Parts: sequence; C-alpha cells; structure tokens
Amino acid sequence: MSVLIFAELDQGEVKVASLEALYYGANVAQELQTSATALVIGTTSADLASLGQYGVTKVLHVSDEKLNAANALAYASVLAAAVEVEQASVIVIAKSSLGDTLAARSAGKLKAGLVSNVTELPDTSNGFRVKHSIYTGKAFAITEMREGRKILTLKKNVVSPELSQATASVESFSPSIPETDFVAKVIQTEKATGEISLSDADIIVSGGRGMKGPEHWKPLEELAEALHAATGCSKPVSDLDWRPHHEHIGQTGLKVSPNVYIACGISGAIQHLAGVNGSKVIVVINKDPEAPFFKAADYGIVGDVFDILPRLTKAAREQLV
Amino acid sequence: MKILVCLSIVPDTTAKISFTDGDTKLNKTGVQFIAGPYDDYALSRAVDLKEQLGGTVTVLNVGDADGEPIIRKALAVGADDAIRVNAEPRDAYFVAEQIAAIAQRESYDLILMGRESIDFNGGQVHGIVGEMLGLPSYSPVMKLEITGHTAQLTREIEGGKELLEAPLPLVLGCQEPIAEWKIPNMRGIMTARTKPLNVVEPTGQDSLTQATRFELPPAKGAVKMIPAAEAETLITLLRTEAKVL
Ligand SMILES: Cc1cc2nc3c(=O)[nH]c(=O)nc-3n(C[C@H](O)[C@H](O)[C@H](O)COP(=O)(O)OP(=O)(O)OC[C@H]3O[C@@H](n4cnc5c(N)ncnc54)[C@H](O)[C@@H]3O)c2cc1C
Repeated sequence: MSVLIFAELDQGEVKVASLEALYYGANVAQELQTSATALVIGTTSADLASLGQYGVTKVLHVSDEKLNAANALAYASVLAAAVEVEQASVIVIAKSSLGDTLAARSAGKLKAGLVSNVTELPDTSNGFRVKHSIYTGKAFAITEMREGRKILTLKKNVVSPELSQATASVESFSPSIPETDFVAKVIQTEKATGEISLSDADIIVSGGRGMKGPEHWKPLEELAEALHAATGCSKPVSDLDWRPHHEHIGQTGLKVSPNVYIACGISGAIQHLAGVNGSKVIVVINKDPEAPFFKAADYGIVGDVFDILPRLTKAAREQLV
Repeated sequence: MKILVCLSIVPDTTAKISFTDGDTKLNKTGVQFIAGPYDDYALSRAVDLKEQLGGTVTVLNVGDADGEPIIRKALAVGADDAIRVNAEPRDAYFVAEQIAAIAQRESYDLILMGRESIDFNGGQVHGIVGEMLGLPSYSPVMKLEITGHTAQLTREIEGGKELLEAPLPLVLGCQEPIAEWKIPNMRGIMTARTKPLNVVEPTGQDSLTQATRFELPPAKGAVKMIPAAEAETLITLLRTEAKVL
C-alpha cells in the first residue's frame, strides 16, 4: 500500500498545483502510515530529487519524448503501471485539463472510486471520507469511498505546503504503453507561452463586458503584470472573441480558486460567480453600485474601470517589489 | 452516423442549493431541473451532424421518471429516440456502467456527452465509459468535424488548444463553442410526443463512492467598500489586512 501522486510538467517544470498535490498526498500517506511516491511523465531538466521537500520519498520518472504531449490515454496507462509497481491504494492528481481526463480514464482502468475537486485532507478515522466541492462551488459533499483503489483530484489552493529539507530517490520507469493510446494524430497545438497560467495563478485580474472591447484590455493587463497575476474574463467576452476561450471563467468555463480575484466590469451573474466562489478574497470594480457581484465581494470599488485600473497599477508598482 | 448522446439531469444553473434530512439530501423544493448545459452542447452538435451526414441520434439518461419531460425536450430538438435507465444515478462509475452496457449492444460511431455534469462536477463519465468500451475518449472538445470515418476535433488544453485527428468510434466530453444550443420549435415538440422513449432496468454493479452528507459554504462577510477617490488603498488593504499580496 502507498500513495501515488501525479506530478504534471508544464514546459519542463512541475506545476504549482502539482506541488500542492505532492504535499497533500504525502500528508495522506502519513495518516495511512505508508509512503508517498511521485510520478513524473515527460522529459525534464528539473531537479526531481528536490520534490522530497514536499514529503514524497520516491520519484518515478518516465522520460520519454513521445509523452511530452499531454496524452491522457497514454498517461493513464503509465499511471496504472505505476499503481501496480507501487501497490498504490490512493492516487492524487491536481486538477487541470490534463489531470481531469487522466483521472477519469484511470478510474475506468483501475476500477477505482474517484472524487473530484477535493478541498480537505481525508478523514480516515473510520473508513475513508473526503470533502469536495459540488454544484460548481455552491456546496460541499462529504463522500465515503468504498474499499479498493481511490483517486482524488485536488482543487488548487486548498493546502499550503510546508517544505522540509528531505530529498527523494529518483528511479527511471519505462512501462509498456499500448499503441492504441496514440491513435489520435496531433495536427496542431496552440499554446500561450510565457503567460502565467490561469489555473496555477495565485492572483487573477479578470474583465467583463464592462471593458468595452479587446482594444481596451491594456490597463487590465498592466495591473496583472504589476501583481504577477493571470488574466481571465467572463463568458460574453470570450463568446465575442475579445479574449481566448481558455481565459473564460465560470459555470461553463474554468473554475478558479486563487488568493485574490479582481473582477473588472463584470456584473457577477450567478454563472460567473460559480467559477470564482472558491477564491480567498474577491475584489469587485464596477461603475454600477447595484451590480450583484458586490454581494459576493470582500472589497468593492464603485467606479469606472478605466479610471481605477491605472491608479491601482501605479500603487501596485510602488508598493510591491 | 449513429450517435449516442448522454444527458445528465441537474438543477438549473441559477438554482439556490440547500439540503434536507439532516443535510443528507438535496432540497428539491423550488428547484427547476434541466439537462446539463454541457450535455446540451453535445446534443446540439449531434443533431447538426445528423443533418449533415444522415444517421440517428439516441439520447440516454440514467435517472428516474421525473426526468422524462427533459428527455422529451431533447427529442424535440431533434434526437430520434431515447433510452432511460431506470435508476438513481449513484456515482459516475455506476452511470458509466449503464452507458457502456447499452453501447456494447448497439455499437455507436460517436458517444457524446458534456465535459462534466454541473451537480457533482465530476467530469468522470466519458473517461470511464471509454475505458469500459476500450475506446479512446477526449475532453473537453470545443470543435468537432467528421469526414468519412475520421473525426477532427479541437480540444482545450492548459492555456490553449489542440487539434486532433482520430478514427471513429470515439467517446467525447463536449463544451462550448462546439455548437449553438437549440430551442425546440412547435413541430419538434409535437413530433417528440410520438418518438420512442424506452425504459430499461439497470445492470450490474454497486457504486464505488457515496455522498453521505452535504454542507453549504460559510456565509460571506460584508463587503468593504473603498471610495473611488481612494482606490489606491486597495493595494495596501490587500497587503496588510487580507495578507494576500
Ligand atoms: C447556462 C449558462 C452558463 C453560463 N456560464 C457562464 C460562465 O461560465 N461564465 C460567465 O462569465 N458567464 C456565464 N454565463 C453568462 C452569465 O449569465 C452572464 O451573462 C455573464 O457572466 C455576464 O458577463 P459580464 O458581467 O461580463 O457582462 P454584463 O452582464 O454585460 O456586465 C458588464 C458589467 O460591467 C459594468 N461596467 C460597464 N462599463 C463599466 C466601466 N467603464 N467601469 C466599470 N464597470 C463597468 C456594468 O455595470 C456591468 O455590471 C452563463 C449563462 C448561462 C445561461
């Protein structure tokens, strides 16, 4: 028995959300009095032994260029092989577009119970119960996972890793992967590089229809840059092609849980709130004092975004080094 | 083209969520139920593909009889027939088993569903069904074109998108902007009444997980308003009071 954590690479580095998952998984292992192993898939020059700081004692590394593209089918085959080798009973995966599909395929492959959007450490005092977010953040469920293998996908920002000095042993791992996992041909990939990824971001500055048009996004991007934040948007904004679809937040878009969510010119419709209600602090800037978003906000400013944003950027540049 | 579309039935996106029976059950009073919004995208694309390529669209729901008006609505927007597996959906594994059992009998070219349901937001069923049937599954799919026996699909990836080509049959989890949601017209509503809705009993297994209790998030404290003239103090407050910068 052990705990296996999938550590996702993004441009050769382990993603922040996966570092949280490693720490979470190591804590689960401690509760179950067993060990925690990380699984890294793809080529990387990162120092994998240093993942020991998060509490894992071993890293299985599958260094295969063929796996640098996020192919959930092949990743699920690798994960299943690692589960076998490690005799893992609990598998932890950070939520992401790859993590979600990997978890789904793996649940089918391993006939494992899967709970998505987990928000706390499990209660293992009597069986295995986990708390997770449901109804798009409007509620939580406490779910009992029956005997057998268990997979958890972890929401971002629900644990704060405390690092140790430990290092992990790194073993290379090369399981066989069925050719059928590669039936899809990748014709083209479009990926924003250099940007802070929305799902990993601690701070998000997000714009709605109140930003008036794509040509007016500059002040918002400047604030984001000053705060080292990612940028997001509401659904009409991506529907109108003002911003790329992967920035769309809400019920039908990405669900985010940053430390700070700054909403600029977004009314706060319930479907948008559903994607942001896991944020620690919500700031709303809207010229309409009746905008529903103020009801969900921690801090609010009634004002014109085009006046407020540059002033916030200036203050942020002065106060944050 | 033989397409199966899986529908989940969920509380409306604007529903206020509360619980009864000592927080062990959803309080359904005043809650309107709808087909999952992502499933609606899948259904709309299926109907468009049928119009373009010919074939049939079957909708499948695992759920009790209360969902039948919603299934009829799917028939009204253009599905040909429907199957309801007469069982409370216990968990994703259980639902996937029901879908896989039906798909094994019928062999569909495409099995489409939403990327996730908006009740438990699990996003699990497409992957489990894919594994059970030994078929590739991809999600979240934002664009889908079929040429002969090949699908071209655009899938959202972290910070971007990816265009893939894969042979049918496939299982896909869909999201916008794969199609425009369809609203049934009068003729659709009339013909939906006569289309077959077959009720079958569930097969197989128990669930692997069970929600035992529910909680609501803690009530939000009052918003602190900052006068526009002093907007700059927001940065200070986020640093010193909220301690998030
Ligand atoms: C099934 C379903 C799913 C949906 N899913 C999502 C989702 O995932 N995400 C999502 O965002 N929406 C979603 N929606 C849409 C949602 O209901 C709202 O329509 C949408 O969130 C509104 O976006 P908005 O606030 O940007 O635009 P608007 O509602 O047009 O609001 C613009 C706001 O900007 C303010 N404003 C205008 N000018 C200025 C200015 N100069 N300075 C400051 N403020 C200004 C206005 O006062 C207003 O409050 C969904 C809807 C449905 C039916």
